[in-house]
Amino acid sequence: MASATFRIWRGDAEGGEYQDYATEVTEGMVVLDAVHQVQAESANDLAVRWNCKAGKCGSCSAEVNGNPKLMCMTRLGSLNLDEPVTIEPMKAFPVVRDLVTDVSWNYEVKKRIQPFKPRPPDAEDGTWRMQQSDAERVQEFRKCIECFLCQDVCHVLRDHRLHHEFIGPRFFVYSAALEMNPLDTADRTSELANDFGVGYCNITKCCTKVCPEEITITDNAIIPLKERVVDKLYDPLSRLLRVFRS
Amino acid sequence: MDYQTFEHDVLVIGAGGAGLRAAVEASAAGASVGLVCKSLLGKAHTVMAEGGMAAALGNVDDRDNWETHFADTMRGGQYLNNWRMAELHAREAPDRVRELEAWGAVFDRTRDGRILQRNFGGHKYPRLAHVGDRTGLEMIRTLQDHGVHQGIDVHMECTVVELLKDGERVVGAFGYDRERGRFRVFRANAVVLASGGIGRAFKVTSNSWEYTGDGQSLAYRAGAELIDMEFVQFHPTGMVWPPSVRGILVTEGVRGEGGVLRNSEGRRFLFDDIPELYRHQTADSEEEGWIYTQGDKNARRPPELLTRDHVARCIVREIKEGRGSPHGGVFLDIAWIKSKLPNGAEHIRKKLPSMYHQFKQLAGIDITETPMEVGPTTHYVMGGVRVDADSQMSTVPGLFAAGEVAGGLNGANRLGGNSLSDLLVFGKRAGEYAAAFAREQPAAAIDEGQVEAAARTALEPLDRQGSGEAPYQVQYELQDLMQNQVGIVRNDGELRGALEALQRLQERVKRVEAQGNREYNAGWHTALDLRNLMTVAEAVTRSAIERKESRGAHFREDHLGKDEEWGRTTLVIKQGDDGAMELRRETIPPPREDLQRIIDESQKT
Repeated sequence: MASATFRIWRGDAEGGEYQDYATEVTEGMVVLDAVHQVQAESANDLAVRWNCKAGKCGSCSAEVNGNPKLMCMTRLGSLNLDEPVTIEPMKAFPVVRDLVTDVSWNYEVKKRIQPFKPRPPDAEDGTWRMQQSDAERVQEFRKCIECFLCQDVCHVLRDHRLHHEFIGPRFFVYSAALEMNPLDTADRTSELANDFGVGYCNITKCCTKVCPEEITITDNAIIPLKERVVDKLYDPLSRLLRVFRS
Repeated sequence: MDYQTFEHDVLVIGAGGAGLRAAVEASAAGASVGLVCKSLLGKAHTVMAEGGMAAALGNVDDRDNWETHFADTMRGGQYLNNWRMAELHAREAPDRVRELEAWGAVFDRTRDGRILQRNFGGHKYPRLAHVGDRTGLEMIRTLQDHGVHQGIDVHMECTVVELLKDGERVVGAFGYDRERGRFRVFRANAVVLASGGIGRAFKVTSNSWEYTGDGQSLAYRAGAELIDMEFVQFHPTGMVWPPSVRGILVTEGVRGEGGVLRNSEGRRFLFDDIPELYRHQTADSEEEGWIYTQGDKNARRPPELLTRDHVARCIVREIKEGRGSPHGGVFLDIAWIKSKLPNGAEHIRKKLPSMYHQFKQLAGIDITETPMEVGPTTHYVMGGVRVDADSQMSTVPGLFAAGEVAGGLNGANRLGGNSLSDLLVFGKRAGEYAAAFAREQPAAAIDEGQVEAAARTALEPLDRQGSGEAPYQVQYELQDLMQNQVGIVRNDGELRGALEALQRLQERVKRVEAQGNREYNAGWHTALDLRNLMTVAEAVTRSAIERKESRGAHFREDHLGKDEEWGRTTLVIKQGDDGAMELRRETIPPPREDLQRIIDESQKT
């Protein structure tokens, strides 16, 4: 059996440092397995957040060799084990301890987005009719497991720290899922433009690249939202129509 | 002792499907609700549910109705089910699914735009409303997003370690926040347990770290009764390779979409052994099985869609007799449907996207090309806290339970798809009745003595630092023991040996230590969870020794076959006055006359 070194960031909000841990690696192991092994062998109090270990819950987000990843879906076989593997917490959120960050801001953001508001049911039994193709458009966004890796990698949050005026890719995906739901009747364009900062996104597509669910965040969610904002709020013709209507 | 106190009318412990649904309902009834969960909100084990939620909507086959769903559930549970729960579940599941759509869930559709339903093991008609193979995520996200706008107070990453009582009544809970390790006291007139199962007591499991039998143990220590604890479901298809992912679930939906099980000789071994109870419902030929999965209403189910207990045992037999796959499983082949469907590969990726993803990323296997290697994995516990069918209240006033932590609905074996619908139906009921109960009660008093005692117990592993044993090794040994001696195939000798070994382990649990401080300390958390794992492990083992027959998920190689007397008997566990675990038999009351008629009718076909 081979051994590999894992350079794990240990510390808290006050600061910290990288520590090297050597552990045995076997075929098929993922980064989270190595972290757990280190935890059981030599660092019982190593803080790591995880849950399903199958890429479905989005708890174990971290930066592996500088890349935002789900630790449970990153196989050691895909990394160069001749060098130490660096594992550190996400950068866009405050550190709690070791690999665990405080992601509570995301939960607060979601509360500010208008909830789903369906049209009256289509049938007498209180149900709706929807075509599979319409469902699929929304289902792409609803695959999101809220790992917040897209938030982590977005420079508006990571570098410019504009958390107070920009909701981040995750919540544009969430907004898009609501806006494009054929049953929904609410209108979120004004908030998207004024409070949620959709204009800050300059389409570098970093979020799309790191999404473990392979959601085409920029092209399918953010750009259509930007278009909606432009159409509804800035298109001169519809502006004129609005004046007449009111 | 330093702690923070929170007051709610209703406290819900666990934020998976059942907990969220209970919280939503209690809140809608006007109660102030606190929701406590060990993980972040939206990460609970419900996200792992793949196949769908069973409800007799009749959208795909209009012959379906609640009576058939009821009969299927009872048959699947080998008639040990609480029939009133099975009735309520079958009657109310369709409304609960439709309600989810009104709250924003986006299900797959039929051609005429209604909610699509798929085939699943033990269900006579296509019955599972689903979203590809990520139905659990859709459910939890819908409930979570609906719930956050209702003013529910969510206490994330917080673990409850003891329930608090005022006389006979449960009036709150004591716990700690995982982040900082600070203690919290919750005062509430009603407490709903929705904490899920016990899978972590076994080595190979599809369950996450959270599944340490907390709710069952909290209830037990508070004086509540547990039932049917011998019935642990081993899902037939978990991943077996690579070693680090052993146990991760492979949805039954693969078989629902036409996937077949083969041994190393290429034989569909499930055709070789079809139980009497299902003979009339099972296909005679491979072709009949295939056309059933493609929606032919006159065809019968392929044997791969027999109940989970049976399929798991057949797989174990193949492996034991030397016809297994290279890594100790059997082959699950969905790629073969390419010979039947022109766009087979694309069809598979569309119907089973997360399975495609999971195998591609974790095992380096393309399931549209290569058969998967699968074997049984500990998945679900049918037994749990004994509840009143209508209100979900346990035998202790003020303490309710819903979802996997509650026993009764599933009898000796649960049908796939009945779990998600269970969470909704009984989560709602628990929330509704807990809110009503809370309203009627005088304000409760928290007993300082109980809080102090719970806090002392919680700190013991940290106090022992430097003098005890790390918790991980003890946990591994417990999991090995349960896997090897209280697993799929059981016998008296091994079970009794396991019970003795558990007693020895108990001594070591008393000495486990946690290094470091109270902040996000996994070692400390594991040490505290061990106590609960030990309680449920003992309950499962004692019940398994007692039931001297083979029924559903409980298989005794020294007592093959079903016993009529045991078919009317349920096992009840309760903590005795001396603190020891007591077990007694109880006769199940016969079903109401109209329900018995439904069962009798169903047995004719």
